[in-house]
Amino acid sequence: MADIVLDHVTKRFPDGALAVDKISLDIADGEFVILVGPSGCGKSTTLNMIAGLEDITEGELRIGGKVVNNEAPKDRDIAMVFQSYALYPHMTVRENMGFALKLAKTPQATIDQKVNEAARILDLTQHLDRRPANLSGGQRQRVAMGRAIVRDPSAFLMDEPLSNLDAKLRVQTRTEVSKLQKRLGTTMVYVTHDQTEAMTLGDRLAVMRSGLLQQVGSPHELYDNPVNLFVAGFIGSPAMNFMGATLEEGSLRTTIGDLPMSAQLKQTLERSNAGRQVIVGIRPENFEDAALVQPDLRSHGITFHATIDVVESMGSDVFVYFTQQSGLSATTDQLADLADDAGTADAVAGEETVTARLDPVTRIHEGDNAELWADVRSMHVFDPDTGKNLSLSTEPAAGPAAGSTAGPAAT
Amino acid sequence: MATVTTTGRQKSGWGTANTIVIALALIPVLWMVSLSFKTPPAILDPSLLPKQWTWGNYTGILSTSQFIRPLVNSIGIGLISTLIAVVLASMSAYAVARLQFPGKSVLIGMALLIAMFPAISLVTPMFNIERSLGLFNTWPGLIIPYVAFGLPLGIYTLSAFFREIPWELEKAAKIDGATPFQAFVKVIAPLAAPGMVTTSILVFLACWNEFLFAISFTSTLASRTAPASLAYFSGSSQFTVPTGPIAAAAVVITIPIIVFVVFFQRRIVAGLTSGAVKG
Repeated sequence: MADIVLDHVTKRFPDGALAVDKISLDIADGEFVILVGPSGCGKSTTLNMIAGLEDITEGELRIGGKVVNNEAPKDRDIAMVFQSYALYPHMTVRENMGFALKLAKTPQATIDQKVNEAARILDLTQHLDRRPANLSGGQRQRVAMGRAIVRDPSAFLMDEPLSNLDAKLRVQTRTEVSKLQKRLGTTMVYVTHDQTEAMTLGDRLAVMRSGLLQQVGSPHELYDNPVNLFVAGFIGSPAMNFMGATLEEGSLRTTIGDLPMSAQLKQTLERSNAGRQVIVGIRPENFEDAALVQPDLRSHGITFHATIDVVESMGSDVFVYFTQQSGLSATTDQLADLADDAGTADAVAGEETVTARLDPVTRIHEGDNAELWADVRSMHVFDPDTGKNLSLSTEPAAGPAAGSTAGPAAT
Repeated sequence: MATVTTTGRQKSGWGTANTIVIALALIPVLWMVSLSFKTPPAILDPSLLPKQWTWGNYTGILSTSQFIRPLVNSIGIGLISTLIAVVLASMSAYAVARLQFPGKSVLIGMALLIAMFPAISLVTPMFNIERSLGLFNTWPGLIIPYVAFGLPLGIYTLSAFFREIPWELEKAAKIDGATPFQAFVKVIAPLAAPGMVTTSILVFLACWNEFLFAISFTSTLASRTAPASLAYFSGSSQFTVPTGPIAAAAVVITIPIIVFVVFFQRRIVAGLTSGAVKG
C-alpha cells in the first residue's frame, strides 16, 4: 500500500519531443485513478514513468514517500498489466503468475499458495497448467491480472487492459476490475482512451491532452464542471454539442435562438472579461422533445425547430441528430483534437451535427421539422481562443481538482 | 481453357528447369558416391554404377588415424566454435535488436564487413600472427577465426529472431522484478531458442566445411580438420592416386550436412510458426 506523488514530472524524448509536460498529481493510498485522453496525449508515457520503464526527464516521482526516480522497476514494488497482456508464451499459467515470486526467491510453498489463491479469485484454477496460447482472450486478460495480484504490490498500473477484449466481455471485465480493486484496496493507476471506461471505473480521473494535465476530479466533477472545451467534449457520451454564440444584450445569440442567461452566469461572464464571441456547450440530455416538457420547466430553456436527420432508438433513450450552422468562426486546437479523436476531423466546415437525447416516448421521426427544447440551466460558455470554461463560478479546476493538483510545497 | 493450357505449359517448363538444376547439383555428388564404392582399377570406368561394389575405401580410411583424428578435430573445433559464437552472437544480436547505443550502426557495419571480407587476403597475416602467438597448429588457432567469422552470421540471423519477440514481454519481466540479464536468460532466450538452434546449425556447417584456414593453420594431425585431411591422403603406393579413399572421405563428411539440413528445415518451420507464440 502506498501513495504515488508526481511532482512536476516531465518527459522529453531524445529527439526533443515533449511527451509529458510538468504533470503534478497526488494519488492517495488505495485510490483508483484513471489517466484518460486521446491517443498521443502522454498518458501511457506517464504510466511507464511511474513503472520505471521510462526515465523521468525532470521532476520527482515518489511512491510511499520515497523518491524513486532512479529506482529500477523491480525496486518500486509495483505490478503492471499491459495492453497486450505480455504473458510469457513458454510458461504455463501457473509459472506466469508465479514468475515474479520466483525471481524474488519466495519459497515454493508460498508461491503455490498465492498462485492458487489468485487463480481462485480470477476463476482460473482449471487452467493453471495450460499455456497462454491455448487460452481465450478473456482468460489471458485474467492471467495478466493474476500475475499482478500474486505479487501483493503497493500499486497496480494498468495500461489499457481491456482494449483487446470484445465489447461485451469488456463491460463485464470492467465490473470485475472495479470489484477487484475495492476488494484488494490497493492503489491503482489505470490508463485508457475510453471515456466510458474512465467514468465508470475511477474514483478520480485525470484528463490529459498533448502532454498536459487538463483537469483532475471525480467523474461527476468533470462532467458537471469541465474547466475547458477539451474536457467538456471528451467526457460524456455522446459528446457535448458546441455552437458559436454572440453575447447580445444579456443573452447568447446562437443559430438555434437566443439563449437566456441567469443573473449568476451574467455576473460570472462579466468577471471573466468574456469577449463578444463565445462557444456554448450543451449536453445531449439537456435537449428534449418540446411536446414532452412540463409547462413549468419550459421557462428554463428555449424552444426551436430543427429538421431531424437521423433518429436512433435505444429503447431507454432516443437519440436524434440534426445539422446546424455551427457559427464557430474559428476552430480552436482543442476542438480540432476532439474531432480527431472522434474521427470527424473531415466533417463539412461550418456545419455541426447536434445530438439530442430525448425521452423514449417521443414521436419525432426522421425528416420531421421537430420542435425541440433546450435546457439552458446547465449550459457551459467557453472562450473560443483559450477554450477556458467561462461559466465556472470559481477559478479553473474548481476547488477539489485544484487541491489534488497542487504540488506540495513543504517537502 | 487458354489459362489452363498456359498453366500446364508453365508447369512443365518449371519442371524441366528444376530437373536440370537438381541434376546439375546432384550428378557430381552421385559420381562421388559411385567412386567411393569402386575398386582402384575401376576408378577410370565411366559407368555410374560400379561393376564391382566394395567397402574397401571406407574400411581403409576409417581404420587409419589419418582420417579418424581429423574427424574428431572437426567435430571438436566445430562444436566449440559454434557454442562460443552463438552465445556471443545472441548477446550482441539482442543489443542490436533492442537497444539504442552509440556505435550501433558501426557495429552492424563491422559485422557485415567481416562477413564479406575475402578470407584469402587474411591468411598470410593471420598465419604470421598465429605463429608468433603459438597458436599455429592448435585447436584455438582454428576456433578463434571460426568464431570471428561465425559471429556476423549469428548476429544477423539472431537479431531477426529477437526482433519478432514482443518488446512488452521484456517490460513485463522487468516489472516482475527481473534484472536485464534475468529477463534475457529467462524470457527472451527461451523464446528465441528455435532461432538459436537454426543459427547454431548454420555456424556449425560453416566451420565444418571450412577448408582455407584449416589447410593453412594446421600442419599435423593434432589440429587438422577432416576437409583438410583429404589433401594429405596417399595411395597404397606413391604411384597410386588415392581417388577412392578421397571420395569415401568426402561422402563421410557430407553425411552430417545432409542430416543437419533435413533436421534444420523442420526446425526452422517449427521455429517460425510456434516459437514466438507458444515457445
